[in-house]
Formats: sequence, C-alpha cells, structure tokens
Amino acid sequence: MRLNYPSSVRIIRVPCTGKVDVLHLLRCFERGADGVYVVGCREGDCHYQNGNFRAKKRVEQAQQLLDRIGIGGSRIRMCNLSSSDAPLFVRFAEEMHAAVMSAGPNPIRGARAAMKAAPDASSPAAHP
Amino acid sequence: MIVAERKPIEEIIEQVKDVRSLLVLGCNECVTVCEAGGKKEVGVLASALRMVFLQQAREVNVGERTLERQCDTEYLEELRDAIDQYDAVVSLACGVGIQFTAEKYPSKPVYPGVNTSFMGATQERGVWVERCQGCGGCILARTGAVCPVARCAKRLFNGPCGGSTDGKCEISKDVDCAWQLIINRLKALNRLQDYETLAPIKDWSTDRAGGPRKVVREDLRS
Repeated sequence: MRLNYPSSVRIIRVPCTGKVDVLHLLRCFERGADGVYVVGCREGDCHYQNGNFRAKKRVEQAQQLLDRIGIGGSRIRMCNLSSSDAPLFVRFAEEMHAAVMSAGPNPIRGARAAMKAAPDASSPAAHP
Repeated sequence: MIVAERKPIEEIIEQVKDVRSLLVLGCNECVTVCEAGGKKEVGVLASALRMVFLQQAREVNVGERTLERQCDTEYLEELRDAIDQYDAVVSLACGVGIQFTAEKYPSKPVYPGVNTSFMGATQERGVWVERCQGCGGCILARTGAVCPVARCAKRLFNGPCGGSTDGKCEISKDVDCAWQLIINRLKALNRLQDYETLAPIKDWSTDRAGGPRKVVREDLRS
C-alpha cells in the first residue's frame, strides 16, 4: 500500500503490548517524548489472550499519573488494530500526531533545556 | 502479609518539597506482593518525582533502592554507604519498615510513601482482604479457623448478632458475616457442637489496648 504516516513517530517493537509496563511509559516521558501510544491487537484477538487488556489498564494508570504530575494524560493513549490494517495504523499515527501537536512539547524537555542553560552550581549530580 | 496502599502522589510531593536529594526506598517483602512498594513501584514513583522536580526547575537527585526487608536492621545496614548522598528517604515499606529505617538512620528524615492498611492476603489479583488483627490471643482453634476479631464488625465471640442477613453483615452486603462463615466451617468439619460452647471472656490486654506490644524470647536472646 505504501501509505505515509507522520515521520515524528518512532516505533518500539515489543513481543506483545502486555509486555509494556507503566514504568516503560513513564521513562519515555522522563526522557522527553512528547507523546506515546501503545498499539495492540484488537480486543479479544490477543495472541497471549489478554496482553492488550493488561496494556490498556497500564496505559490508563500512566494517564492518571501523568495528569497528576502536570505532564498531561492526553499525551498517552492505547490503540487497537489488526496487524494487516495499515490504513488504521496510519490513522492512529495521524491522530496521535495531531494530539501531540495540540498538547505542545513535553514540558520535561523544556525544563531540562532551561536548567542546562542556567545551571545551579549548588545542585547535586543528576540522577543515575 | 502486611497490606499497604500507595499514597496519592500529591501527598508525597508535598512531603519532599524542600529536599535536594532523595532516596526512594522499596521493600521486597509484603509491599511487593500487594504491589504498593516493591521495586516496580519504586521505579514508577522515582520517575514521576523526577518529572515533577524538573518542572519545578529543581535538580533533585532521586535515587532508587529496594531492600530485601526494611524491618530488619541487617538489611538496612546495606544503605550505610549510600545514605549520606541523600537529604531524605521516601520509604515504600509498611509503617514498621519506615520506622525501622528512621531508627537506623536518625539524622535522615524518612517519609511514608504508602498507607499501611492491615494484615491480610491476596484474594485475587488487585484485591486484598483483612484476616488478622494481631490481638495476641488466637482463638481460631474454636472458630473453625475463621477469625471473629478480624472479620466480625462487632468482634463477637458467641455467634452472630441480629444484623446478620443471608450470610452478610449489616455494615455492607459485600461483607460476609464472620459467624455465618464460622458456622458453615464448623458444620463442614462436623464440629458444630463447638458452636454451643460458650467462649470465655477474652483477655484484651494482649491487644493494642494494652499499649505497644513486645515479644521477648529469652532462649533466643544473645
């Protein structure tokens, strides 16, 4: 089909969305990602039975946490599609791209840049 | 095990608003099983706190560590070399672990990252239930191994009250009547005659009402 989707999307492959943990999702934002979407199999079609349902709950958990710490839960979402449904894959990428554009850049990136520009000499070393 | 719940992150943020370096300290025992304070929860909380501090334009060193147990000084000793790097500790252990950490390192503020709830067990994934109140005088032998102290809202010892309906307690239709469970269990064990025996007055001095408790075994003391 050779469909195009936004070049801002970086794909990280996992064996099943059930492998994705809240910690993985948070780490993305901590490292400056503007948005994350987890694309799993259609509900009921998980090869491992309920991996995509687990992912859905973890995405919701991350969403709530991101809302509460000021990053914004709208930057993360769960999508489901069949592996052969390329047009839907493109639609999800475009929707996520639009959502991220409307949410603006991840405030963490801006904060890091600002701190780098004006470092506080008394600050301790960065976290390991 | 001891069951705990994660504290709201806003409360933890408020507790550590002035620190410049912070250790998030987990525990590999009960709080890992009830998914409130194990290695994973340490990672999630530390990551969230780092993002909060960055947004506040504060460069706070947030370390992560999970000990085998926080209720044993031997394991807490493992922190000896690292503890000086931090201004404060957020402990995700139960109240016991938090207090033991603070006692071990008296110069470090130790803040709770969980609310310690009760002694209980995992009923199913994500559901934990209370089973023991540590009253110090176990009567489970007489009650078919169902505890009326922990499971009866009134802590009755000689059968159910009038609030027991269809096996449920009057406080909630989701709460089983402990005495219904006891009777069912005694019936299954063919020991229903035990139910007819009046329970002696319980010695509550071994319960929390007698003040903080201590167990001493001279044969084990060094």
